[in-house]
Amino acid sequence: MTPNELPAGSAAFPAAVIPRLPAESTPTVQFQDVCLSFGEVHALDHVSFSMNPGETRVVLGAAGSGKTMLLKTAVGLVMPNSGHIRLFGEEVTGRKEAQLFDLRARVGILFQEGGLFDSLIIAENVAYPLLNQHAIEQSHAPSEAEVKQRVREALRFVELEHTLDKFPSELSGGMRRRVGIARAVVTAPALVLYDSPTAGLDPITANTIIALILKERDLRNTATIMVTHRYQDGHLMANFRYNPSSGEIEPAASSQKTTRFLVMREGRVIFEGSQPELLASTDPYVQKFARPGSA
Amino acid sequence: MLDFLKRPVETFQEFVLLSGRAFRNIFRSPHYADDILLQMDIIGAGSLFIVSLIGFFSGVVMALQMSRALATYGAQGKIGEIVSITLVRELGPVLASLLVAGRNASGIASELGSMRVTEQIDAMRALGTDPIQKLVTPRLIATAVVLPLLTIIADFLGLVGGYFIAATMLDITRSQYWSSAWQVLEYNDLTQGLIKPFLFAIVIALVGCYYGMHTSGGTQGVGRATTKAVVVSSVWIFVITSMLDPLFVNL
Ligand SMILES: Nc1ncnc2c1ncn2[C@@H]1O[C@H](COP(=O)(O)OP(=O)(O)OP(=O)(O)O)[C@@H](O)[C@H]1O
Ligand SMILES: [Mg+2]
Repeated sequence: MTPNELPAGSAAFPAAVIPRLPAESTPTVQFQDVCLSFGEVHALDHVSFSMNPGETRVVLGAAGSGKTMLLKTAVGLVMPNSGHIRLFGEEVTGRKEAQLFDLRARVGILFQEGGLFDSLIIAENVAYPLLNQHAIEQSHAPSEAEVKQRVREALRFVELEHTLDKFPSELSGGMRRRVGIARAVVTAPALVLYDSPTAGLDPITANTIIALILKERDLRNTATIMVTHRYQDGHLMANFRYNPSSGEIEPAASSQKTTRFLVMREGRVIFEGSQPELLASTDPYVQKFARPGSA
Repeated sequence: MLDFLKRPVETFQEFVLLSGRAFRNIFRSPHYADDILLQMDIIGAGSLFIVSLIGFFSGVVMALQMSRALATYGAQGKIGEIVSITLVRELGPVLASLLVAGRNASGIASELGSMRVTEQIDAMRALGTDPIQKLVTPRLIATAVVLPLLTIIADFLGLVGGYFIAATMLDITRSQYWSSAWQVLEYNDLTQGLIKPFLFAIVIALVGCYYGMHTSGGTQGVGRATTKAVVVSSVWIFVITSMLDPLFVNL
């Protein structure tokens, strides 16, 4: 679905902020033989994969298998020891920090530990990327009213408009996760990285979070990488879509083609493939993550 | 074979790198004036009471102890000079800095450390802010401005404390005390009395920031970082003051 098809009023974002989608031919994310080690520990061990605009990757793996490092190296928050990473066709590896800012401005990130600024209220947290990233992109500084408007929209998107002037510490874990999502998507990025969005949440809240991620993905055709421990999350990503007219999540065969699973073990990607391939895998480690209901 | 040296050398290297960036950012925009003022308030106003208190009592204690020694030479009239020189040259800067190290190197390390382990520092970098510009440089500037001022206050209240003893127990007149205390000070004493806290401030802020920014290992790591920041900055205060003293003595 293209952004133009969004029915009036249901779009989470005004037309003016539809992201610049790169040409179909350049992969959104590309890893080539990436290695990262901390002393003896291989956090990433010859990792290669690539994904195209609008596609979804679900990354599964045990604790410490390198999932977070995969996301952090993708945006240059951690530099790999060797290999190449490209974002939107541009080289990340070897760039100076100052030159990475414009690339990162096109990516939204939900951090595993939240990463919400606890000295700022929710509204300021969500406004942060709007106020700080425009300078890098050399676009015009958004007016105060515009920022307010977009912060409200982003918070309405995650159904937390009433928390505008609370501090993160005053919210529940699930609410903080949703604020994190609002902050990640407020700039309408072409790529969003979610690090364990459902970890530590009850099943109902977890499904609400996945529904939000689907909504963001399907309303704006955002490329999505989601790290998770729950097979169920990947199953939802691969088989459901957000229906803008009903505002509900519904089964959709079309998601299956663009959703692929990666399973990580001790820094290596030991499996990459579609959901049926994942379910058919005979590797016992992979099977552990392919069981419905596995945690 | 030299493996045991690897870690300290690495630490030092990273520390120098962080310091270099923090100093360079002083001359680069954006400048976060609000953060500088906020930190000045936390460090300055927050430490004012304890620095004043300790300053006053160090003057009292010194006057009491010295008066006995001076009495044996019949030189109790020199009490103002002695209190003044020791305080301004050494004790004021060191005491004020140790207090600020205890209060603020730890405060800085634990604040930045918590930000590190909750990925707020990563989030900052991801959202277009240089955490050194936003977090380290303001703390460096604020401490470097505020600590010399705190030292002046500590020095002054120490002299008041000395005067309190001189007046109540030693039979020295006000003008005798204050004029000897003031006249004994040379330009050199005042310079070193202000350069020291300035240097200590830089050490305190940078050591606190370094251990905060390099925290790992969750909340436990924050505790470790805090302890290290206080211990390391206190040790450096003594190392620096003993390196500077011979320099100034020869001047
Ligand atoms: N700063 C660091 N210093 C040393 N080792 C690190 C550091 N960061 C990560 N590691 C190591 O890298 C490996 C991969 O870590 P990573 O955080 O990517 O795991 P993860 O798959 O996200 O785990 P979890 O599911 O628990 O979040 C782990 O073995 C970890 O101990
Ligand atoms: Mg992780």
